[in-house]
Amino acid sequence: MKRRLAAILVAIGSLAGAAALWRRRSGARDRVDVYFGDGSMVSFAEGSEEAARLFPVARRILAQARS
Amino acid sequence: MDASQALADLVEISSQIEFAVLADRDGIVLASTFGNDARAGAIAEEARELLQGAAGPAGEPTQVEVAFHEGCVFVVTDGERLVAAVTGRDPTAGLVFYDLKTCLRLSGEEQPANKATAGARRKRKKDDEPEVVDEA
Repeated sequence: MKRRLAAILVAIGSLAGAAALWRRRSGARDRVDVYFGDGSMVSFAEGSEEAARLFPVARRILAQARS
Repeated sequence: MDASQALADLVEISSQIEFAVLADRDGIVLASTFGNDARAGAIAEEARELLQGAAGPAGEPTQVEVAFHEGCVFVVTDGERLVAAVTGRDPTAGLVFYDLKTCLRLSGEEQPANKATAGARRKRKKDDEPEVVDEA
């Protein structure tokens, strides 16, 4: 009886973990990471002015590469 | 190393890279994984635009990664050349950047190698010249 309960708990835990991981991955937002020669880096997330300017250019590269 | 050889090595080494274009800073394609030159040229031009568009107070960037749900675009430059690559979703960005920088470095070794060859040729020619013996 104890063994069965342990197996059920492990199964529930695994499912919860997988669901959390899936939610985290699917929730990843589009972003631009820019690295400079001095070692600095800046990241622009979806919705920022820079991302709005750079996303269309990158999307054109993706589209042309895969067309 | 030849630009197309450097790019061929890149694609062979990095399984994450789907397509790549190597161009000079004016956007002239040096090598690409596409059979279509027009497509490679258009991508090189867009990659240049991406670098210029990402420039900030620190100047023009050396590396850019744009991550989308459906894939990623990477552009790396050494000032003389740029390499643009497309990968699938969630690549190991550090590895991709490393491979792209290696590709740029290898393709840039072409000129020093030629210079070294020319230097060796000059030396050989000098060695072949008969020694002038001052008999005076």
